[in-house]
Amino acid sequence: MNMNLTLKIWRQKNASDKGKMVDYKVTDISPDMSFLEMLDVLNEQLINKDEEPVAFDHDCREGICGMCSLYINGEAHGPDRAVTTCQLHMRMFKDGDTITIEPFRATAFPVVKDLIVDRSSFDRIQHAGGFISVNTSGNTIDANTIPINKHDADTAFEAATCIGCGACVASCKNSSAMLFVGAKVSQFALLPQGKVEATDRVLNMVKQMDEEGFGNCTNTGACEVECPKGISLENIARMNSEYLKASLKG
Amino acid sequence: MALDSKIPKGPIKDKWTDYKNHIDLVNPANKRNIDVIIVGTGLAGGSAAATLAELGYNVKAFCFQDSPRRAHSIAAQGGINAAKNYQGDGDSTYRLFYDTVKGGDYRSREANVYRLAEVSANIIDQCVAQGVPFAREYGGLLDNRSFGGVLVSRTFYAAGQTGQQLLLGAYSAMNRQIGRGKIKMYNRHEMLDVVKVDGKARGIITRNLITGEIERHSAHAVVLGTGGYGNVFFLSTNAMGSNVTAAWKAHKRGAYFANPCYTQIHPTCIPVSGDHQSKLTLMSESLRNDGRIWVPKHMKDVEAIKAGTLKPRELAEEDRDYYLERRYPAFGNLVPRDVASRAAKERCDAGFGVNATGEAVFLDFASAIERYGKETAHVKGLNENDAALVKKLGQEVIKNKYGNLFQMYEKIVDQDPYNTPMMIYPAVHYTMGGVWVDYNLMTTVPGLYCIGEANFSDHGANRLGASALMQGLADGYFVLPYTIGDYLSNDIRTGAIPTDSKEFEDAEKEVRKTLDFFVTNKGQHSVDYFHKKLGKIMWNKVGMSRNVKGLTEAISEIKELRAQFWKEVKVPGTNEEYNEELAKAGRVADFLELGELFAKDALNREESCGGHFREDAVELDGEQKGEAKRDDENFAYVSAWEYKGEPSDAVLHKENLEFKDIELKQRSYK
Repeated sequence: MNMNLTLKIWRQKNASDKGKMVDYKVTDISPDMSFLEMLDVLNEQLINKDEEPVAFDHDCREGICGMCSLYINGEAHGPDRAVTTCQLHMRMFKDGDTITIEPFRATAFPVVKDLIVDRSSFDRIQHAGGFISVNTSGNTIDANTIPINKHDADTAFEAATCIGCGACVASCKNSSAMLFVGAKVSQFALLPQGKVEATDRVLNMVKQMDEEGFGNCTNTGACEVECPKGISLENIARMNSEYLKASLKG
Repeated sequence: MALDSKIPKGPIKDKWTDYKNHIDLVNPANKRNIDVIIVGTGLAGGSAAATLAELGYNVKAFCFQDSPRRAHSIAAQGGINAAKNYQGDGDSTYRLFYDTVKGGDYRSREANVYRLAEVSANIIDQCVAQGVPFAREYGGLLDNRSFGGVLVSRTFYAAGQTGQQLLLGAYSAMNRQIGRGKIKMYNRHEMLDVVKVDGKARGIITRNLITGEIERHSAHAVVLGTGGYGNVFFLSTNAMGSNVTAAWKAHKRGAYFANPCYTQIHPTCIPVSGDHQSKLTLMSESLRNDGRIWVPKHMKDVEAIKAGTLKPRELAEEDRDYYLERRYPAFGNLVPRDVASRAAKERCDAGFGVNATGEAVFLDFASAIERYGKETAHVKGLNENDAALVKKLGQEVIKNKYGNLFQMYEKIVDQDPYNTPMMIYPAVHYTMGGVWVDYNLMTTVPGLYCIGEANFSDHGANRLGASALMQGLADGYFVLPYTIGDYLSNDIRTGAIPTDSKEFEDAEKEVRKTLDFFVTNKGQHSVDYFHKKLGKIMWNKVGMSRNVKGLTEAISEIKELRAQFWKEVKVPGTNEEYNEELAKAGRVADFLELGELFAKDALNREESCGGHFREDAVELDGEQKGEAKRDDENFAYVSAWEYKGEPSDAVLHKENLEFKDIELKQRSYK
């Protein structure tokens, strides 16, 4: 059955504007719509009334690009588990519901407009060490020269499936980026190719993470619960151990 | 201007090596004085940016998303082909080349495809070295799977997220160069024009999507890696922001646009659920390794399934029509995409579609679950006849292989594909057509290059699965870095290109004029209103099956719609702020021109080839009755269109395709 809903949405003209919550109504929402398709309906309605549409980030709409965000009813990517907002479907809500929609909040994610935040801090952490220094056009060794234990390869892959959406930061009371950084550190730490630069990588990435203003980890595990890709807390533990090893090496 | 594809002389297997041995190089000290602009940061643009920066050029890279990691290559699922022959099943560079040319229905350029096959193996080495976690076997070596249209297992993969892993690999290579200051990255910037100075591409005009600022950027060469134009159909598996604008602006500045009608309609996508739909989601072709496609044999069962009185799993084997296995016994469920899509349409048009809209077929994993379950039980010494156990074990194997795809399906459709067959239907997925380029990947504008899906060169009229990732990375990592050097060797004394020239000024003025028009027009319809209308025309009349009447109508309807758009479009807000409607308006304006050229190209091509199926070009009898009929005598050419104002005025140039190393044959998968 189609639904009528009340939306409470954060509106903020630009980075320097103060911003406020504004109420909207949408009607005849199909349970088969995705959450963003529901917002498309709202925006079409606003445009037809000559009002400004709500700005939100989105692109692939299939849960992989990491562009969409949104803090829905107090949860990053909303009430469903293991999905991004674009994969959240309206069947999770019921007729007459009031839905609160805010941007991801963190010092290191300043609001750009309405529900859009600036996550370039994540990119800068990756610039600091999220890579293996190999020539991209050179001749390297045959891919099968170094066998990699399947378990390690699979665990590295699982860490590497992080989409960089920032839900972990938004869900953390300290706005910590440890899950995001831990995932990248782990991916490379688990692979022989990544071990060569392991020391510098973890030190540089953690340093940049701190400089960006992300908070520390106090092991509440909220990030893991809200992560749309199920990135495991083990990655934080592995990063801590890598960090300790690296610090001892100096 | 006559088209010169600049294919090197000599035997096909030596062309690329000889070419590399004889091009001009730029010495490392001079590279520091040369700037290159790269637009788009997907597999092609990202890998090119990283590699050129590493070689020493000053790279400026642009993407419209908030980070290069978001480019839509990230959504590619199934895998990447490489002629490694790790499985020892007879694969070779020649075989990959042959499969790609045949799969493309003999409408691609032999020399380019051979080069692609040649560098494919190196891509895998490269990616493993940069930490891409491909799937592995228990012995620690790389695993492979098979894909449609071929008889070997050459596809490397990372579960259902291969594109993501490869893109993050390229992104990490970019990050290293951004950290070193060799790439200057411009996120949330959209290219709105190419600037030519003295006939050469020397820069671009961009709009900062956050502030609305219009910027001029100059360079000695400009590279477009801006992806395909599938969103001309409104509904496609592309990302919402995927657009043709960069390629189209290049076209307007003199780059010929090749084979716009070659579009891949992918057979396995989640069916449309209603008018609210904003995009379609692909279910990787790799699923056809293990899934069997069917519809009921009898209409009464179709009706019972639609009414919900019969569960698909309850239908007896003999009452099912595994139509791909029936029609194409040699390739079965692994026929190429165009063939599988048309076969699904044929069944649904005949009334055998299995969902409410009648546009869905089943993709069923029951037999694979049973097969894998028995195998696992056998390996573990468990009871192979315990159905519940076998099912459980089999489901685990399937989960390991396709877990993320099954999860995606369940979230969208609200059905559990482990226990009931998936419903799928074809959707627009990839565009083989694109900006015309020569062997050097240079367009008809000197100094303007085009790589990846945005160009036309390697896939002919139909792309084989797992070849898009291969082409994007081949172009960016291994081909462009050589070919562009040959061109740039003439620019070592040029010095920085000034942006205060008349050419930049004029281009900027024109961009501003269009933007101002949009925000002041105050029409009555939103941008999406027009985009959806365009999409309907394209899907209904320029879609999976095309005829003269429909195409002629489409051309005039798109023309009318375009005129209406320029009168009645409404864009709220201003230019000097984040304004998604404004960005969309510019993109849809270009789609409205491309759409017409697309239909015109389809009308011109009076043959069926690959993804382009003309109802008036089919086999009339014999074993191939009803199958697509190619016309090599009259259409073995690339259609390269020159811009002359209105799409109806576009001038056709033909690049004749010569096949010296492969014999042209009817593509049979029977």
